[in-house]
Amino acid sequence: MIRVLLPPHLRTLARVDGEVQLDIEGPATQRSVLDALETKYPMLRGTVRDHVTQERRSLVRFFACGQDLSHESPDSLLPDTIAKGSEPFLVIGAIAGG
Amino acid sequence: MSGIRVLVGTRKGAFILTSDGTRKRWKVSSPHFAGWEIYHMKGSPVDPNRIYASQTSGWFGQIIQRSDDGGKTWNAPGSSPEELKSPDGSPKGESNKFVYDTSRETGKPFTTHQWYDGTQHPWEFKRVWHLEPSPDDPDTVYAGVEDAALFRTTDGGKSWHELPGLRGSDTGPKWQPGAGGMCLHTILLDPKNPQRMFIAISAAGAFRTDDGGKTWHPINRGLHSEYIPDPAAEVGHCVHRIAMHPSRPNTLFMQKHWDVMRTDDAGDSWREVSDNLPSDFGFPIDVHAHEPETIYVVPIKSDSEHYPPSGRLRVYRSRTGGNEWEALTKGLPQRNCYVNVLRDAMSVDSLDPCGIYFGTTGGQVYASTDAGDNWKPIVRDLPAVLSVEVQTLQ
Repeated sequence: MIRVLLPPHLRTLARVDGEVQLDIEGPATQRSVLDALETKYPMLRGTVRDHVTQERRSLVRFFACGQDLSHESPDSLLPDTIAKGSEPFLVIGAIAGG
Repeated sequence: MSGIRVLVGTRKGAFILTSDGTRKRWKVSSPHFAGWEIYHMKGSPVDPNRIYASQTSGWFGQIIQRSDDGGKTWNAPGSSPEELKSPDGSPKGESNKFVYDTSRETGKPFTTHQWYDGTQHPWEFKRVWHLEPSPDDPDTVYAGVEDAALFRTTDGGKSWHELPGLRGSDTGPKWQPGAGGMCLHTILLDPKNPQRMFIAISAAGAFRTDDGGKTWHPINRGLHSEYIPDPAAEVGHCVHRIAMHPSRPNTLFMQKHWDVMRTDDAGDSWREVSDNLPSDFGFPIDVHAHEPETIYVVPIKSDSEHYPPSGRLRVYRSRTGGNEWEALTKGLPQRNCYVNVLRDAMSVDSLDPCGIYFGTTGGQVYASTDAGDNWKPIVRDLPAVLSVEVQTLQ
């Protein structure tokens, strides 16, 4: 079970409170986590990744275990602590004014 | 008894203002979609409780929202709790998907337009500026988007598809973004001819289709724009807004980057009707609900000074379809006022006398219940107002 913490606006959109819990089949990667997130919460499609290119939106960041994983390959394995659910995978709206 | 519902889109959420037919006391809703930019909201003429909203954010992109109860509750179409439980599933997660049509079958869509530096630049979807529900089908809505293109849904917003003939017209590579981006901001559906539509793009100009959106051609003859190399070019004009009275769909009124214009032949030729305005720069333009020759603009000082001339917020009214303008000032601030009124931020109701409404970048929404003679703020401390639409409820 993977724990994902969404930014407040996306929690509102997905109608969830607190963390989201996702079951992943196979290796835990950014791609598999986001695929599972969008399957469970279809209204989030396009909000974290572009609909077509599947690339991370430029003002969205991925943090885990005190690291910025935003520029890692979407197919790189996430840290074990994320895969095991002991640490959350953080989706962050970047500080960019507004 | 009749009532009025004012749909206000702001930089930080949507607000719904309601009143009975007297238009004296207004109830202001709590913010919907708090923190998001709401470029536009508009109700279906067939079912006024069906309202569509464009919710957008630089962080999280474009969301389409729909209410079926007059704005009390909202869902991303196809993603309501009921639909998510459906085992067979209608299209899910598609309501926010605006993908340009690049298929060979549907024409010859261009993939580039002119960029600020004169080079060609690929089309990139950014947001929906304007939603125009069909006059006879609550599930059909047109969406004007940035980068400029026209999309349509026929399933209540669950999925959107481009009408590629517009970008595929042979002028696409000459379109260019204005300061606010390359947006399709005006969509007018001819109430007498379902095959005819008008749209406007900043900065490309106005376009018309006579075959239901399959093919389009520019309708910019008579426009004169000093900010493009050929001031009378076929395209490249920064049209800010076009308005139509439903009884006279061949007559259109235009507020251009500079100049207020008018056509009486469905855009085949335009003539200037700015005359005695203190400035012919501005954004919105609208038509009285019952007098097709009575029109309204809000003059703005210049293209860089986006506030009223002399710090006096004045709506100008012409009862002659242009050229003879009178300042409407009663109830509007007449000193130290430096707000702007954006292109989609003016609307009218259809009561008698006609009500006129507009919102400012300072967060005020002003209303007149006597066709513009007197004004009052019906709310005054909202975030910057992007759009105002009025529904007259029976």
